[in-house]
Order: sequence, then structure tokens, then C-alpha cells
Amino acid sequence: MSTKVRRVYGYLAEFKNASQLYKAAEKVRDAGFKKWDCYSPYPIHGLDDAMGIKRSILPYFVFIGGLTGFLTAITLAYTTQVGLYPTIVQGKPANIFTTAAFFPVMFELTILFSGFTVFFGLLALMGLPRWNHPIFASKQFSRVTDDKFFIAIEARDSKFSAEATKALLGEIGGANIELVEDDSE
Amino acid sequence: MSEATTQSENASSKVKIPVLEREKLILNNRSYHWITERICGVVEGRQPLLWWILFIPSALIALVGVVGGLTYLVSTGVGVWGNTNRVMWGWPIVNFVFWIGIGHAGTLISAILFLTRQNWRTSINRAAEAMTIFAVMCAGIFPAFHVGRVWMAWFLAPIPNSNAIWQNFKSPLLWDVFAVSTYFTVSLIFWFLGMVPDLATIRDRCKPGIRKFMYGIFSLGWRGGNRQWSHYEMAYLLLAALSTPLVLSVHSVVSFDFATSVVPGWHTTIFPPYFVAGAIFGGFAMVLTIMIPARALYGLHDMITMKHIDNMAKIILLTGTIVGYAYLMELFIAFYSGAKYEGAAFLFRIDGPYWWAYYAMMSCNVLSPQIFWFKKMRENLWVVMAVAMCVNIGMWFERFVIIVTTLARMWLPGDWKTYSPSGVDVLTFVGTIGMFLALFLLFLRFLPCINIAEVKWTLKESDAHDDDKMAHPDDGVELIEAYQYEIHENPKGAAKEAGLDGSTPTTKKA
Repeated sequence: MSTKVRRVYGYLAEFKNASQLYKAAEKVRDAGFKKWDCYSPYPIHGLDDAMGIKRSILPYFVFIGGLTGFLTAITLAYTTQVGLYPTIVQGKPANIFTTAAFFPVMFELTILFSGFTVFFGLLALMGLPRWNHPIFASKQFSRVTDDKFFIAIEARDSKFSAEATKALLGEIGGANIELVEDDSE
Repeated sequence: MSEATTQSENASSKVKIPVLEREKLILNNRSYHWITERICGVVEGRQPLLWWILFIPSALIALVGVVGGLTYLVSTGVGVWGNTNRVMWGWPIVNFVFWIGIGHAGTLISAILFLTRQNWRTSINRAAEAMTIFAVMCAGIFPAFHVGRVWMAWFLAPIPNSNAIWQNFKSPLLWDVFAVSTYFTVSLIFWFLGMVPDLATIRDRCKPGIRKFMYGIFSLGWRGGNRQWSHYEMAYLLLAALSTPLVLSVHSVVSFDFATSVVPGWHTTIFPPYFVAGAIFGGFAMVLTIMIPARALYGLHDMITMKHIDNMAKIILLTGTIVGYAYLMELFIAFYSGAKYEGAAFLFRIDGPYWWAYYAMMSCNVLSPQIFWFKKMRENLWVVMAVAMCVNIGMWFERFVIIVTTLARMWLPGDWKTYSPSGVDVLTFVGTIGMFLALFLLFLRFLPCINIAEVKWTLKESDAHDDDKMAHPDDGVELIEAYQYEIHENPKGAAKEAGLDGSTPTTKKA
């Protein structure tokens, strides 16, 4: 098997600025596409609505993470201070009435676990880290982290068609329209 | 057609409303590409000679002071430090509190100013966060070695051990372990996540090779799609919301080390807010101390403007005044409470053998920032640098006053001592200054020192509705240009500093 399979990733089109990207995103959304994305060098506020993306679910993860941290601190403090190794120091008894002295540790562990959940939760939601991505096959795409704005519509979208999608991107103001092919396989 | 008529109606029938424009955060209408070039140029270009002149001595001092000093300490014993009975905390804890305080400005800038939508933070937050990380690293050295046998430092963590001994969760010293380690970890996450898109920018500009590979690894495969930005923005908001109470808690917990004791001069309820204000005060002074030279060295004047420096000077004035209030309130309560020992402790600070430390603290921290009431002084970088250096020194003396003068005169006259540090004390502290500077210089060399993505976001054309606004200018409004030092006071200098005549980056391409 020496033939190289080239799989089409989708169309990539460049837009002039954030305003153009915003307007184009609304039109792609209204055309009913699902598997597509807008690329920009910085986060553009309001683009989520223009693309029809829901609010990130990360806060729910972080709430659970924070709660875990809080419960960990409670367990750690009470099992060690009241159960395993009760000592009376600073005139503070080794029972439920010591709770106030455990507040700082409870607070810090809540924050610590929440922080870790933000980090790993974000990576999971973004699908990162990964070694490569088909879109990096495009030469012009390397300017996205500098000053260029792009929309990419993926070929695996059910509405994708070789001609109509290209025409749509042209109509809404896209320039340098490119068929991105994945040659990693 | 209808548009034109309504506009002319507006113009004729209404008086124009004067609106004060906002100061520009990025000067000279810089493009996205210029911002990328200038910030990445610092990393990609050859370092200026001054970088090497600063880096080599800093690294040597760190090597001798931290590595050498601590090796000597571990191989000989903790007695090589000047700590004596009663003044058992001495310099190491003074240095610990000093460094941990420095870190606070970074988190304040990145978290609290983010939540309060202070967009000027974008030009300075990356470097300030880096400063936080390095300062906390310097801070961590001291308590770790101060425990005496550093190889037993793992006893600080609640790990099951064969002696079945557990830590005392009622002790502020254990709270400190949790607070400082959480602070370091969350600050590191905040710093790294904020850097991912910018690392991707450098990755995309590199030629294939080891550099591209390394930046590729650390940028995690970032693509800049809005489906990523959407989660990313949420994560950033969450981290800011978590870090805000965290930064206030860390120095509060450090102050509990003192306040929960029954030592005169320490046992006061004002300590947590007083320590937090002092930490932010000292931290901003350190930000100015390292950012003003970095700005000049790499020609970042268009991104770190006089407006940024002015804002930081005002924060120093505010927090310095809060600190001054705390000093005076301490004195007043010592008098007004009628507590004999409390009064004696403060009289000893002012009039005892350590009076010079008290007056150094008072003049550096309370008097020197008052010069920032004057605009001309905030606009003079030499004055700003001088005050920042004063505050750096004054904040170290504050911790010296709190720790050493208090411990030197406790309850029993038999305990009274006059403390002086040993050579190893001085060596280790100077070593951490070298370590801090060396790490910061390495940061400037290898990582984007300004948040590229966020700075681009503050530009006018980054608004998704900018085209619409340009197409429909508001005719009933008359814009008044805001005061901006570079435009009004120093137009020639601004153009020259910004490199407008030559427009070449100061760092040469490798």
C-alpha cells in the first residue's frame, strides 16, 4: 500500500477584519452549518452568538472540582485532628468546635482543586494538547496567530459541498479560498 | 437617504454633546502585525548587550548566594544563620514575607484588574505574573530551609508516615503551607494558560527546528478557533474569580502567623488588611522597578505608555497611604488600648536600638510615595524609579521591624537580645535577588513579555462592530481628546522613543 491517501479537511477563507468575520459568521450559521469555526488572533467578543455557540460548560466542572477540594479539606482536617491524632494545642479542643481553625485550609483547597479543574477541564473541552491538526496543512493559516481572520468549514459537515460551500464563502466576503487537504495519513 | 436626512437634522437642531475620549492604550495606531513583530522580536532577536551585562552577574550571584549559601548551610547546620534564641525567625522569615509580598501585584493585575475591566492591565500583566512566580520561588526557599533539616521538609505536607504523627491544622504555620503552595500553583496555571495563544504565535513564526518543536509543545496545538477561544475566555474569567480571593487570602494567612500569637506588637486585628495593602504596594514598586528598564531596553514605549506608569504610580500612592494609615493606627491603638506591653513594644520600635529600621520604614513607605500627588513627578521616570526603589527597601525594613524588633523584646527580660544577621544570611538574601533577576531576564529572553493576544484585543478595530460604527459616526457628539503625556507633553520624544523615524525594532535579528 504505497498510495498516499489525501483526505479533504474543508474550505478555508480569509476575511479582512473582525467586523467582516462577524458578519460572515452570522451568514454561515444561518446557512445551517455545524462543523465550522472562526479563527482569529484574539478573542472577538460577541462572536459566540454570531456563530451560535452555547456558553461554555466549564463552570459546572469547576464547581464540582471546588466542592471536591472543600470536602477533601474537611475530611483531611477532621480525620487527622479529631480521629487519628487528637492533640490539644493553643487551648483549642480536638472536636467539632475547632472548625473555625480549619477554615483557611478549607478555603485554600477549594481554590486549589478549582484551579486544577479549570486547567484540565479547559484542555479537555478544547481537545488539547494534540500533536497536529489538518488545518495546519494550510500555508496561509500560520498568520492566524498574527493578524489574519479565517473561517473554515469542514468537509464532514452534512451540508458541505465542493461547489456550493466555496461559492458561499466567496459571497460572504471570503478571500484566498483554499481547499485544505490533510496529508498526514 | 433617510440616514443623511436624520444626520443633518441632528446637526442643525441639537447642540453637540462633548464626550471625552479615552486615552489610547496603544500609541501611534499600531497594527496587529506591528505588535506581533515587536513582542516576538524580543524573543527572536539577539539580546542587547545590556541583557548580558545584567544576566551574567545575576546568575553568578544566584549561584554563589543561593546554591553556595544553602549548600554550606545544609552541610554545616542551620546555626550558620544569625538566628538566636528568641529572635528565631530573623532574616529568613523577613525575606520570606518580603518576597511573598512582591508576588501580590502580579495576581492583582491579572485577576482583580481583569474583573474590574481595567484594560490597561493587558500591557503589563504577563511580566507581572512572571514576577509573581519568581518571587514566590524566592520566598519558598526561606521557610523550607528555616525548618532546620530541609530533608524533613516533607513533614509539612499531610502524608501518612510511620510515626503516625499528623500536622496541626489549627496552626497558622500549616495554613501558610497550604496558602503559599496553592498560590504558587494557581498563579502558575494562570500564567501558563494566558501564554498559550502567544506561544502559538511564536511557534507559527519559527522555522522548523528545535525552537518550533519546543514552542509547539508548550502551545499545546493552539489553533485560535472561536470554539477554543470561547472556552478559553471562560477559563480565564474563572481563574480571575478564583485568584481574587486567593491573593487576598495569602497575605492574610501570612499575617496570621503573627496576629494569632499573643506577642505584643503582633496580636492585632488590623494585620490582614495591613499586610495585603503592603504586599500590593511592594509588588507594584517591583513591577515598576523591572518594567521601566525592560520597556527602554526593548522599545516597548507604544505598548507600555506613560498612562500605564501613571496608573501604577497612583496605586502605589493609594496603597502607600493605606500602609501609612495602618502604621499610625497601630501606634494609636497601642496608646489608646492602655495595654502596657503593647505600648512598650511600640516605644521600643521607635526609640530602641532598632530606631533606624523604623525610620527607614516610615520614610520610604509613607513619605516617599506622597510625591506622586504631583503629576509632573509621576511623569518623570527617574522620580518614579527612585520612589519604587525606596518602596522596595522600605517594605523589607517593614518586615524587619515587625519580626526582629518584636522578637528581640518579648515578655521576659531574660529573653532580651540584640539581633544581627550572619554573613550567610546576607549571602542567601542577595542570592535570591540575583535569582529573581536572572529568572526574569530568562523570561524576557524566551517568553513573550507582553500579552500579545490581549493587547490586540484592546485596539479599536478589534471590536466586531467597528465597521458599523465607522459607517455611522455619531453626529451629535463632539469628541474631546483625552490628556496623553506622549501627545501633549512630549510629542517629539514619543515619536523618537517609538522609533517612528527609523521604525526599526531596537533588537537586531539573529
